[in-house]
Amino acid sequence: MTSLYDRIWSAHVACERDDGQNLLYIDRHLIHEVTSPQAFEGLSLNSRNPWRLSSNLATPDHNIPTRNRAQGMSGIDDPIAKEQVVTLDDNCKKFNIRQFELLDVRQGIVHVVGPEQGAVLPGMTVVCGDSHTSTHGALAALAHGIGTSEVEHVLATQCLVQRKSKNMSVDVIGELASGVYAKDIILGLIRQIGTAGATGHTIEYMGEAIRSLSMEGRMTVCNMSIEAGARAGLVAVDDTTLDYVQGRPFAPKGSRWHKAEAAWRTLRSDADAQFDTEVTLDVTGLAPQVSWGTNPQLVISVDEAIPDPATFDDAATAETAARALDYMALRPGELLSEKPLDKVFIGSCTNARIEDLRAAAMVARGRSVSSNLNAALVVPGSGLVKQQAEKEGLDEIFKNAGFEWRDPGCSMCLAMNDDRLMPRERCASTSNRNFEGRQGHLGRTHLVSPATAAASAIAGRIVDVREYLQ
Amino acid sequence: MNQNPLQFTAHTGHVAPLDKANVDTDQIIPKQFLKSIKRTGFGDNLFDAWRFEDEGVIGKPLAERKPVHDFVLNDARYQTASVLLARENFACGSSREHAVWALLQYGFRCVLAPSYADIFYNNSFNNGLLPVQLTHAEIDELFTRATDVKPIEVTVELPNQTVAVTDGPSFSFEIDATRKKRLLSGLDEIGLTLEYAEQIRDFEVRHRQRNPWLFE
Ligand code: SF4
Repeated sequence: MTSLYDRIWSAHVACERDDGQNLLYIDRHLIHEVTSPQAFEGLSLNSRNPWRLSSNLATPDHNIPTRNRAQGMSGIDDPIAKEQVVTLDDNCKKFNIRQFELLDVRQGIVHVVGPEQGAVLPGMTVVCGDSHTSTHGALAALAHGIGTSEVEHVLATQCLVQRKSKNMSVDVIGELASGVYAKDIILGLIRQIGTAGATGHTIEYMGEAIRSLSMEGRMTVCNMSIEAGARAGLVAVDDTTLDYVQGRPFAPKGSRWHKAEAAWRTLRSDADAQFDTEVTLDVTGLAPQVSWGTNPQLVISVDEAIPDPATFDDAATAETAARALDYMALRPGELLSEKPLDKVFIGSCTNARIEDLRAAAMVARGRSVSSNLNAALVVPGSGLVKQQAEKEGLDEIFKNAGFEWRDPGCSMCLAMNDDRLMPRERCASTSNRNFEGRQGHLGRTHLVSPATAAASAIAGRIVDVREYLQ
Repeated sequence: MNQNPLQFTAHTGHVAPLDKANVDTDQIIPKQFLKSIKRTGFGDNLFDAWRFEDEGVIGKPLAERKPVHDFVLNDARYQTASVLLARENFACGSSREHAVWALLQYGFRCVLAPSYADIFYNNSFNNGLLPVQLTHAEIDELFTRATDVKPIEVTVELPNQTVAVTDGPSFSFEIDATRKKRLLSGLDEIGLTLEYAEQIRDFEVRHRQRNPWLFE
């Protein structure tokens, strides 16, 4: 009767406070420069210390430039951004927190770095002051995005005040066609259940299509759980999980590995587990998905026409859709393939792992980026992803095709650094949010998979990548 | 005004109606303002991209900005508003607590909406902002009234869980008893949890024995 979520939850409730709140013990706390300074300041003001230093791992990612990395801090031109990165550095030194600094090859987007290092392990509770912490659920870790007050709370108490969420199962059945990826699954799901479809729930992704995904693919799916409103996303442990974790720097070794492995094998839902909400997504015949609007629910298949807001059954979605059409400069009935692109972005914690870069490179190989693009960026998720890609010659494929090969960071996913859209520029992006202005003031974002992004860079407009794979 | 910023008991104020569903935290406070390492100074840039024609830059004085005239917060009727009326799934997206700080620092003490995104809802209680959940029908009625020529005033009372429109109807709302108690008392969450330090330590010891690999 026990679900995977119930299992991890009950193994981590340290105690119940008199006010009925649960204190959920946190195994791993990931930290970055944007949501932590006020939390560290709070600790200092109250003369408090981190509860358990070894649970914390920090790296700068949101604000940093993706060029001139070799110059370190002095390569950051924006003085306000620099102050934030320096502040993270200072705080890590002051409190003795392990950090992968700007010049460390292990630096990268916090959600890429955690699993890559084995710093996130199956069965862990994980938090980070960032909503895409849900990524780590791919390893059967219960991972919550938290606010800055909670960052301070976890630093000071090693616990998160939590109430148990509802359980949702998402059974992904069928087999993905060639040219269709994990990103298309999650965009298809959010299209089906909506941006608030999983509010108050922890999703467990299951079914053959999930089992057949690599860990990278599962991370892409779990990453965007938050875009469906979920508190977390999970995938049960299987051989794919264990193969991925084994041998990573922070993972247990030797006899400890065997003990851990035995414990991790139980990290699944019982066959008769009950879920508050059950969803099925059939991916048979699923086409590459692309967002046309300003939230990740406004999604169509690449060959579909832009829908008419009048056809949406609820008034709020219709209103949101109408506003989105206006912002995106689109009309009902148009095809996205008729709209020239200005930029393409391949990167972010959703799609900047090695497998993503391989998928994009496969399409880019021997082709060239359309001359109507102002820029096509490839931003690896971490220094180690970058290194691996270079070992495989992917950087050469990208550069020869006319892509820019950058240093790791969040980059144009949220455009806090110089990588951004100019007003009214249209972009195919492998990131996770197409909100107004997310990639730059008045910028227009279309969320797609890395392969679709690469094909669209070549064509200069959003195209069906399946035509590029034959 | 409450002395303790974490405390909320009752509030009376004018209502600004923001008639959009799925408002995300990127809109509430755009990312360029997240570069600050401080907890204050976000109010001037609340809804920056909707409020102003020109692109917002950290530190640019309000006097130099070009307001978007038909945005609700620029409407003369709502200049004194301290209660924000919103639509469903309010404040979805990014976990940035800066969204709550910006609302409070602009002058809002309370939000009325049919539903909220989870992280924002949580963040609100950690800062003394009260997110009131009303039914769709009640929110519709408030929108009808709030968009009249004269702004409406409401009184939100947490102890008896009511929202009363001055010279108008009154609604009751549900709120989790623990969260309510905390807002009423204005207690610091970390202080509360640290009263359980011993239990946490005990748990930690057991947890470590069971899962030694988590502590390397
Ligand atoms: S890549 Fe984008 S979504 Fe991911 S952590 Fe960075 S800013 Fe957030």
